[in-house]
This record gives sequence, structure tokens and C-alpha cells, in this order.
Amino acid sequence: EKHKSVEILDAKTKDKLCFLDKVGKILPSFSLYWYPARQSIRLDPKGKSLKDEDVLQHLPVGTTATFYFRDLGAQISWVTVFLTEYAGPLLIYLMFYFRVPFIYAPKYDFTTSKHWVVHLACMCHSFHYVKRLLETLFVHRFSHGTMPLRNIFKNCTYYWGFAAWMAYYINHPLYTPPTYGEQQIRLALTVFLFCQIGNFSIHIALRNLRPPGSKTRKIPYPTKNPFTWIFLLVSCPNYTYELGSWLGFTLMTQCLPVAAFTLVGFIQMTVWAKGKHRSYLKEFRDYPTLRSPILPFIL
Amino acid sequence: MASGEEDGTVEEKETNNKKRTKGAIATAWLTFYNIAMTAGWLVLAVAMVRYYLQKGTHKGLYRNIARTLKFFQTFALLEVGHCAIGIVRTSVIVTGVQVCSRIFMVWFVTNSIRQIQNEESVILFVVVWTITEITRYSFYTFNLLNHLPYFIKWARYNMFIVMYPLGVIGELLTIHASLPYVRRSGMYSLRLPNKYNVSFDYYYFLIIVMLSYIPLFPQLYFHMLRQRRRVLHGEIVVEKDE
Repeated sequence: EKHKSVEILDAKTKDKLCFLDKVGKILPSFSLYWYPARQSIRLDPKGKSLKDEDVLQHLPVGTTATFYFRDLGAQISWVTVFLTEYAGPLLIYLMFYFRVPFIYAPKYDFTTSKHWVVHLACMCHSFHYVKRLLETLFVHRFSHGTMPLRNIFKNCTYYWGFAAWMAYYINHPLYTPPTYGEQQIRLALTVFLFCQIGNFSIHIALRNLRPPGSKTRKIPYPTKNPFTWIFLLVSCPNYTYELGSWLGFTLMTQCLPVAAFTLVGFIQMTVWAKGKHRSYLKEFRDYPTLRSPILPFIL
Repeated sequence: MASGEEDGTVEEKETNNKKRTKGAIATAWLTFYNIAMTAGWLVLAVAMVRYYLQKGTHKGLYRNIARTLKFFQTFALLEVGHCAIGIVRTSVIVTGVQVCSRIFMVWFVTNSIRQIQNEESVILFVVVWTITEITRYSFYTFNLLNHLPYFIKWARYNMFIVMYPLGVIGELLTIHASLPYVRRSGMYSLRLPNKYNVSFDYYYFLIIVMLSYIPLFPQLYFHMLRQRRRVLHGEIVVEKDE
């Protein structure tokens, strides 16, 4: 069997970091400090990382393979990030709902709102984040194991900050219920529930695309579930339904901070949807042309 | 076949010509813009000196120059547009933040809170801004004309060392002085209850603005210091890769 030798250079300084003589098919991690998740090994200093599955024998290298190493920085698992960023809003909102001391005037400590829509809003908000936590644990299949550590600070500030800002006003003693009363709230709740079910259906459909442990990529198509028929018109219907849920919640609470959160989330999800749409188009020749990234025919 | 190839190169030449014309128009506009701004801030400087020499006091000076200051500082919004369409190679966000903070200071603090217009801190930051802008715009002008005197370059990359901190002090003192008047008048604020279920307290907003100088000012200052080292001493500073 032909043995290769392998040298690993630092991508920036080109210093020789290690040299492995007579390597078989396995390339071991060469340092405890740079644990595998933060190693980026590549054929070209500015190129893409090699994947775990890549086999040395099948790479376009000579008898001495030269790889370049880049430190991706401290890493944290996607699951950890998701659980933390979602647990925060769930608990923070509840603190405001139960009017924990030091938030509102002392005479309101541990009182409850006199408006029934406020109780409904708490149930919806909590349901939304419980659903997200459960999906993170049992539904989603992540293609990347980790992300840079600084993301958790960024993401948590965003989610926790907005949750506090929203919850403060919705649960405030001086909260004003929606202008059109029960009609408005009923419509809002319908939209919210419809989109929650829709969003969940899409997550299940995406999970079923990929058998456990595999990293194959396939085009998602509508299934027997009517909530997935939106795949005919949209590449990322999970984002479409997410937007719908928050529009419903905005209508239900008639609260400007909620509208702001919906808007910012929509902008971010549009950016992600466009990226995903573009990579679908690049990867699959036969990708359906009727589909838009996030809003049917519009965006 | 041959004619197909000729068409290709004719098209190339046309787009290249278009690019060159666009570049020439951009340069002409930017040169005009920077000369106009240099002139504007010079007018402001002269007006301030004249007022002080005539009246012997800074009281009433702001009112005297207010219109000119508002005009030229607001006009600077165009610079965000320059970055956005790419004729100036600076980040839109950095320029946006800088211009917005100036607009905020002029329109939402000094202009709208009359009681602080005679404070010394106002004169401080207006003087600092004037010196800084005259230096900056003349630097850009000479650069565009490809004839940059060393002393302008020296001024641009050295004056900020003193001007930046002085300007910050002037701005912070001014905002601080305005706080009691903002609190008393409740200006720009929205109280609960209201049908949008949101509130805004301009008083606390101003305090947050003051606090935000703490992380932001050092970043800008050290960025300018790094630029200075690179331009004046030709040192290559290796930026930390993300």
C-alpha cells in the first residue's frame, strides 16, 4: 500500500507545525489545545476546510501532502447555543409576567394583569420557546457541530434583550389591550397557531429528508401534510411561518417592541433564506424555478 | 466568427469608456464637494473669530453661527451616499455613525435645548469640529487634485490626538448640562399608557448616549492612531484576522 507523508503548515505564517511520516488513511488530531472542532485543515491557505469524511488517499496531493492549519477560535456546540438562547426568553418573559419585584412599582409585585389577552400572550410566547427547545433536542439535525464561541454572547444578547423589552410592556400595569378587542385577538391567535403548526411541519419534513447520521443534501418537496405544500412556492417556509407567527403575536399584543422584533427577525431570516436559496440553485440543476427564498413571488 | 470577436472588444471598450467617464464625473463632484465644505467651515471659523473679537464674549455666539453650522453639518449626510454608491472607499456604517452622531449633537441637543446654548462646552466642541473639518476636507481636496502638501497630511494625522479628546469632552459636558432641562420639560418622550404599548424617556436615552462614549471613543481613537502609524511612518500593522 502506498504510504504518504504529511506536513501541516500554519496558514498565516507558513511555519511547519508538524510532519507525519508514513501515514495510512487516518490523519490524527495533533494537539490537545487545538481540539478538533477548532481545527481547520485545508489544501490551500485561503481555501475551504476539508471535511471529516475526506480520505487522504482520495485527495489531490502528491506523495508528501501539504496541509494548512487555521485556528477557528474557541468553539461551542450548536445545541448548547440554541438551548441557552431559547431558555432565556422563556424564563425572562415569565419573570415579567409574574411581576417579580424590582421591575414595576412595589404595589404591583406578584400581581397579575387584569387583561385576559396578557395571559393568552404569555401562553403563546412560552409555547413558542418550549417548542423551540424541544425541537432543538429532538427534531433538528445539525450539519455543523460547532460555531465560534463569541456567537453565544451575540445571540443571547439579541434574544434575551428583546424578550425583556417586549415582556416589560406587555405585562406592564398600564398595558393597553388591542384597539379592536376580541376580534383582533382571535384573528391574531388563529394566525399564530396556524404558523406554529406550519413551522413545526416544515421542521419535521426537513428532518425526514436526512436519515440519521448522514450528511446528504436533498431538495425538500411537499408531503402529504398540507402545511408543507408551501414548498411549491418557497425555499425556506420555516422562515415564512416564523414571520407569520410573530406577525400574529404583534397583532395580538399591539405592542411596538414586538413589531420591532418581528421586523429585525424578518430582515435576518430574509438574508438566511436568500443564502439558502442561492446554494440550492448552485447545488441542484433541477431546482424548481417557481420558488422564492422566503415570500411567495415577492422575496 | 471574426466579426463576433470584433463585437466583443467593441463592447468592452464601450464599458471601459463608460467606467472612465463615471470615474471622471465622480472625481469632479467629490472635488467640488470637498472644496465647498472646506470653504463652509472656513466661513464658520471666520464668523466665530469675528464675533468674539467684536463682542468679547462667547455668549450669543452659538445663535450667531447656528444656521451656518446646521447647514454644513447636515450637508455632510451626502458622505454616507458617497460610500454607499462606492465613489469613496470607506465603510458606509463607519461614516454613517460619525455623521449621525454629529447630526444628533447639532439638532437634538444643542439646537433643541436653548438653555445650554451659551455653555462654554458648546464653544469647545464647535471650535474642535471646525478645526478638524477644515483639516479633513482640505486633505481630501488636495488628495483629489494629486497635490498634497506635507503639512496638511501632518495636520490630518496629528491634530486628532488632541482634538478628539477635546471634542468628546465638549460634547459630553454639553449633554450633561442639558439633562435637567430635558427632565423638566419631558421633551421627545412618550409615556404609558398609550395604544402602542411602548415608552421612551429622552432623559435616560441621553444618559445611555453618554455611557456609549466609553466603549466607542477608544475604538475610534486607536483606529486613527493605527492609521497614523501606517501613513506617517510606513509601518505595516498586522491586523488581527477574524
